[in-house]
Amino acid sequence: MLVLVVVTALAFDFTNGFHDTANAMATSIATGALGPRTAVALSGVLNLVGAFLSLSVAATIANGLVDTHLVTLTVVLAGLAGGITWNLLTWLFGIPSSSSHALIGGVVGSTIAAAGGHGVLWHGLVSKVIIPAGLSPIIAGLVAAIGTYLIYRISRNLSEGVRSHGFRIGQIGSASMVSLAHGTNDAQKTMGIITLALIANGTLHSGANAPIWVIVSCALAISIGTYTGGWRVIRTMGKGLVDIESPQGMAAESASAAVILLSSHFGYSLSTTHVATGSILGTGLGKKGAEVRWSVAGRMATAWVFTLPSAGLVGAGAYALAHVIGGTPGVIVDLAILIAVAVTIYLSSRKNTVSHDNVNDDWTGMVTPAEPVAV
Amino acid sequence: MNSWINLHALWEIVVIGLIAGAGLPALFAVGLRALSLPGNRVQPAGADSDQIVGGSPAGIAAAVLCFAVVLAAIGWGIYFIVAGS
Repeated sequence: MLVLVVVTALAFDFTNGFHDTANAMATSIATGALGPRTAVALSGVLNLVGAFLSLSVAATIANGLVDTHLVTLTVVLAGLAGGITWNLLTWLFGIPSSSSHALIGGVVGSTIAAAGGHGVLWHGLVSKVIIPAGLSPIIAGLVAAIGTYLIYRISRNLSEGVRSHGFRIGQIGSASMVSLAHGTNDAQKTMGIITLALIANGTLHSGANAPIWVIVSCALAISIGTYTGGWRVIRTMGKGLVDIESPQGMAAESASAAVILLSSHFGYSLSTTHVATGSILGTGLGKKGAEVRWSVAGRMATAWVFTLPSAGLVGAGAYALAHVIGGTPGVIVDLAILIAVAVTIYLSSRKNTVSHDNVNDDWTGMVTPAEPVAV
Repeated sequence: MNSWINLHALWEIVVIGLIAGAGLPALFAVGLRALSLPGNRVQPAGADSDQIVGGSPAGIAAAVLCFAVVLAAIGWGIYFIVAGS
């Protein structure tokens, strides 16, 4: 049973990786600073490195959100099912929603279903997750807007060619920092969950840190996921929100990297997605005459609001089902349904593929480009 | 300090975030501009050159300094994160 939970957790980490490639690389791909394939490869490697750098977020997830004494393996598994389902659904629609919130929502939902509301550390949830979720896009947007304004002001005498070439080089650096930051924040979440499972299983004592094999396997899962590339989400982030030029790209990425790294340092499990989106919007606001597609932003914000409760409902439902059937068979039924859902979503995504070939096509209001490019 | 929002951390994130997230790219822009300062090389008037390196020695020196500061800040930042965990 523990093995099943760990495998499911790593599967979540994988979806986390490909969902979030966009956060680091969407802007670089959109401005042409990096080729799509190079970008995801670079991001994958740096996620791997970042995952080893800092562990404060893992500690928050493992010990700060739910009462570890009330959590069983079934609870963790049901929570993961909620997180994975939501991640895949939002990916299908190309919405860059927060993988972190999907995971946290799933686990909180299944904990409530299992033990009632008192099993949740509401104070930790609000102060370490919900409040940072609200503030982080605003801070990132502010930083990105100021950065964009400064950059354009300083470089206003440069010729267009010099400017876009120079900042494309800079973007490689700033995008790398975001990938690294993503590793320090997002890979941690799955480590936290597996640690939670190990605590629930009695393998580790309450309050323990993530063991080394957990760190390594999570780092690998997230970087492989990143390399797979969630082209749909990349497209929405890079082309849907704002038409980005390379100086804006660099400003957005620097702002994201700075905010994510700082927050990781304080143990806030904030959503890299929210931060990156805030930065991209900010960079649209910081440049005169740039068009910000608020309708796309609004649709994302709506999805964000629904992320915690929806993943929570799926998590709660998965727990209830496993509980009714009972024991290992219940868990296996949950997993079977999860796999069926994943396959269904994958198959429906094949109808209108977004890949590295058409990821940069002009935005026509749809996630999938108007005329699919033959591969 | 109240128990729901860690104001101290929030301030640090905003201030350091501004310095690192907006200041460093701005410094990069300064470096880029210094780098492209025209030197002695004769350029056709009004030509929109795509040459990044302009050729002015003082400009190149200033640019190198700017880029070095940016890189050092990034390095220090990573060190800070690693040491803090």
